[in-house]
Amino acid sequence: MPDRDILVWSNFLKIKMYSIALKCRECGHEYPKTPIHVCEFCFGPLEVVYDYDLIKKNLTREKIESRGPNMWRYRELLPVDQEPTVGRQVGFTPLRRANRLARTLGVKELYIKNDTVNYPTLSFKDRVVSVALSKARELGFKVVACASTGNLANSVAANAAAGDFESFVFIPYDLEPTKVLGTMIYGTHLVGIHGTYDEVNRLCSEIAGKYRWAFVNINMRPYYAEGSKSMGYEIVEQLGWQVPRHVVVPMASGSLLTKIDKAFSELEKIGLVADNKAKIYGAQATGCAPISTAVKNHWDIFKPVKPNTIAKSLAIGNPADGFYAARTITRTGGWCDDATDEEIIAGIHLLAETEGIFAETAGGVTMAVTKKLIEQGRIPKDESVVLCITGHGLKTQEAIVGHLDKPPIIEPMIGEFEGLIKKIGGKYV
Amino acid sequence: MPIKVRIPTPLQKLTQNKGEVEASGQTVAQVLASLESQYNGLKTRLYDENGQLRRFINFYVNDEDIRFLQGDQTVVKDGDEISIVPAIAGGS
Repeated sequence: MPDRDILVWSNFLKIKMYSIALKCRECGHEYPKTPIHVCEFCFGPLEVVYDYDLIKKNLTREKIESRGPNMWRYRELLPVDQEPTVGRQVGFTPLRRANRLARTLGVKELYIKNDTVNYPTLSFKDRVVSVALSKARELGFKVVACASTGNLANSVAANAAAGDFESFVFIPYDLEPTKVLGTMIYGTHLVGIHGTYDEVNRLCSEIAGKYRWAFVNINMRPYYAEGSKSMGYEIVEQLGWQVPRHVVVPMASGSLLTKIDKAFSELEKIGLVADNKAKIYGAQATGCAPISTAVKNHWDIFKPVKPNTIAKSLAIGNPADGFYAARTITRTGGWCDDATDEEIIAGIHLLAETEGIFAETAGGVTMAVTKKLIEQGRIPKDESVVLCITGHGLKTQEAIVGHLDKPPIIEPMIGEFEGLIKKIGGKYV
Repeated sequence: MPIKVRIPTPLQKLTQNKGEVEASGQTVAQVLASLESQYNGLKTRLYDENGQLRRFINFYVNDEDIRFLQGDQTVVKDGDEISIVPAIAGGS
């Protein structure tokens, strides 16, 4: 049925269609809401078009606040037409004021958006996957798939299991064992590929052309990517409907960063916030920093790289949204930097020791880059700063092994303990 | 000897289903202009309304991305090969 007919019918049946079409970000060609992601005319990426006037009429702060604590409290701004069928409990993770970390960094107002505890697979990817799979069901798919650097693999496998889909997951062969295990346990078809993520992605594009599956980050990408906006909406609501002044976001494909910016703009557009002056900062690992390098050199294109970093979840050398991420950072007045492997480990330690949050390597990147940007004076010390921490440290334990002392082991005798306390010394003696 | 140009599947409708065509010129821009004269309609698919090469199409001269050479002013010589490859908009 053509989209116009669907609109007529939905008006007749009083079903409100908040997302109305797909549109090419480059040339503006419009397409019906089908599983496609690239413009047939100019090969640009497609994006969901919304009826913001209708959303403005129907969505208020009070309505959002009356709903359950999950990402679907913003459902009018997400591209599903029916009630979501996958990931009903995803999102609304804590936004923590991080006073100890703020004191250490010498800033006044610092917050952690803590997606290390996102449900069910402990990373922000559950947000995008719940949208992609709910949409896949609407479009009639039975099999879902993805190319992944790890977190997406975990999330697709788990949500497919819970949502009664079959799934295929494609990963670089050398991912962290915990991420492999945390995918296989859900009974997915996991395939390791001899190659980098970019090579896995290229292969998956060919597979997606041949098999009629919902590849969440290929043919479902326009819908999937929209799920990331929920992180931005939550930050604003949890700050008492205030847009923060500075937000630091890790970058792999660059999509999350662009969608957090989009979330802030949309809330302004529909009148739920008045004053969006957020500057968005991007964080990459030194061993894979194509977007950061482009921004720092004021290039309007980026040069793909071959990744070499312990932050494997960010190891995308040819980022799909690299161009848009760089443009967003520059437009909002933000900046970029990158972190070496040593700085990533130090960042993980700092966040854990000051705030009790154990982040994966990508979180170490965000922490380390935030510290640099504050030290450089890029982020001022007297304005609100939010760090987006996107995945749990238990998933990348390999990176930390060898960087922590072994705990002392003693006999079960008080004398032994007292000997130990003397060694520790200081205030304990 | 002319320049060989590889055409991606979605554009082969415009090149009479040929995956590889030949054209002449001293720069990438001249080769593409010569292609347009043979296969009408190709140019608007490759260039935007401001006359810039479209961002989500990659052009390679002998496997080197022309963005890191001189763009469409990159000089080509007989026997060179130009590949036109749509960027893959997938990603995590």
